[in-house]
Amino acid sequence: MRRGYIRGIKHVTFAAMAALLLQSSSPVLGQNDPPALKSRHFSSRYRFVETSGEQLYINVCRGCHMVDAMGASGAASYPSLVANRNLEASFYAIDVVLNGRRAMPSFGEMMSDDQIAAVVNYLRTHFGNSYSDAVMASDVQAARR
Amino acid sequence: MRREMGAIEDQMQDERLTVRRRDLLSLIGTVAGSAAMYHAMTALGFASESRYTGPIRLDGDVKGASVLILGAGLAGMTAALELRKAGYKVLVLEFNDRPGGRNWTLRGGDTFVELGGFKQTCAFEDGLHLDPGPWRIPYHHRALLDYCKRLRVALEPFIQLNHNAYLHASPAFGGVPQRIRAVKADFQGQISELLAKVATQGRLDEGVSKEDKEILLLALKSWGALDRDYKYKASLIASEYRGYAKPPGGGLSAAPMPSEPLALSDILKSQLWRHFWHFTNYELQTTMFQPVGGMDMIGKAFAREVGDLIRYDAKVTEIWQNDSGVTVTYVDAKNPTQPQKVTADWCLCTIPLSILSQLPINVGAAMKQAIDAVPYAASVKVGLQFKRRFWEEDDAIYGGISYTDLPIREIGYPNTGYNKSGRGILLGAYLFKSASSFEFTAMPPDERVARAVEFGAYIHPQYRSEFENGIAVAWHRVPFTLGCGGDWSEETRKQHYRNLCGIDGRILLAGEHASALPAWQEGAILSSLDAIARLHERVIKP
Repeated sequence: MRRGYIRGIKHVTFAAMAALLLQSSSPVLGQNDPPALKSRHFSSRYRFVETSGEQLYINVCRGCHMVDAMGASGAASYPSLVANRNLEASFYAIDVVLNGRRAMPSFGEMMSDDQIAAVVNYLRTHFGNSYSDAVMASDVQAARR
Repeated sequence: MRREMGAIEDQMQDERLTVRRRDLLSLIGTVAGSAAMYHAMTALGFASESRYTGPIRLDGDVKGASVLILGAGLAGMTAALELRKAGYKVLVLEFNDRPGGRNWTLRGGDTFVELGGFKQTCAFEDGLHLDPGPWRIPYHHRALLDYCKRLRVALEPFIQLNHNAYLHASPAFGGVPQRIRAVKADFQGQISELLAKVATQGRLDEGVSKEDKEILLLALKSWGALDRDYKYKASLIASEYRGYAKPPGGGLSAAPMPSEPLALSDILKSQLWRHFWHFTNYELQTTMFQPVGGMDMIGKAFAREVGDLIRYDAKVTEIWQNDSGVTVTYVDAKNPTQPQKVTADWCLCTIPLSILSQLPINVGAAMKQAIDAVPYAASVKVGLQFKRRFWEEDDAIYGGISYTDLPIREIGYPNTGYNKSGRGILLGAYLFKSASSFEFTAMPPDERVARAVEFGAYIHPQYRSEFENGIAVAWHRVPFTLGCGGDWSEETRKQHYRNLCGIDGRILLAGEHASALPAWQEGAILSSLDAIARLHERVIKP
């Protein structure tokens, strides 16, 4: 619907200032999340600025798959990534991040090969997953179609 | 296509006529180019024709047919209203405990539990609200406007362009937000000056005739606020567009003082021009509207008509059809123990594809592939309550939107209750499809609010002393949609759209995702009207 952003311009990073002290009159009960990070990277346009797999998971994937990677369920579900056998096939994990799957958006245009490799490697070595065959940026590049 | 002729046969004839006109037009377009095609379109009364031509008429004997509608959003309730009127037996299953779906308003005392279990209680003062979903209605969304009229939903203007709101880019102009008025006038003025210069030097002669050149120069002068030498500079002429250093007053100090324009080079480097499309885009052109009292006034008005047909808290778990009908299984969304089944002759499913793609449904491969092909966009809105309406009192901003390159993207000012004392609500962030809309989704709600305050304070430092409380809705965390709206690409639309919209046995789909107006309420209503017209045709066929 909205075409407000234009791609390909240099991205600015906002390292957020120390979190303000807020007297919210409706305290929010976060279920499992750690307290707000003191600083965080924000992407100013269409592409993500985070580089490490952990940063990408916490700043992007956590939105749906949650902090513990257990997913969530409403009218339908976000799958749990904990000890997820689908991650065994690294090309499958790359393909889902790159091209999306059903409701999951594709991140192929929002993340570089390095970023996708980093987040796939992070997932495959955390949350009860321990696959030692790390993927490379070149694997992601090869998977782009 | 006009529908006042009434009988369905006339409609079908009209349909064929339309198709023939379209073929003719595409031929003209191919042979003579698009300008010729536009002239032809106008001559045939086509270009100005609205997609919505008045209330749908579903005449003929429906033979006691029943329709099960899934979802009590605007698409589902439109169908419920029209199909019952036409004589169908109608039942609506809705996941939420309220009507409207994404047509939704949060007020003080409302609670919202998002996926992941975070619970927010809205602490807004009575009379203040946030529309987490749709918040504006273009004047050309004629179907939605017509339903508002028929259902007596009062509308008021939504201010899309307020010249006194801000454009802001963190690295530009020392981080100081600039009035839209000034940036727009200075950009337009200096572009006009450049063009006038090139024209007077005779370097436009290839594109502009000698006679037109004189007119062009006059037009540039008027459009760009140029002086008699075709210059845009600090002057009372330019100030009439961009505003004054000292505006005209009364008595001894009445004389206005001109203001100093921003240099074109600085505007170009600032990237503030990126926001201009918000002021010219067809979707966002004035006049826009909002319902008085909150967007959910529309959903509530529909529910006054069809509320008796809606079964709330019904979470659909399976959709199964055979030659004689459709059976839908559902559970109580709040206590999912006993599955229940409902059967009807037909099923109109308005469940978002993010959810439908996960449900067992026996439709053909083409429709199933279409259902699976559409990802859902990320979007976040944050509402902030402040002790006073400082944007009006201090900044003279009455309604409208400021735009920034900060992750919050937009600050929306209330388009109602102007010039009042006391508290007010700002839309403190509106993120849509940008990378930061995912980043905001990934935060706990209280951090989204905190960040919206932190970033907003760069534009309105008053945030720091006036902020009271806030509420944040990230659409991927919304249990009843799992995303903001269907995010079609050109490629997927080409491949799957028609398969999504066809009738598959006894099932057909509607909703914004089944329209060319994704994430607009008009798309939901038009898709629903289109679907039930085709369904009705099938039902009454002898």
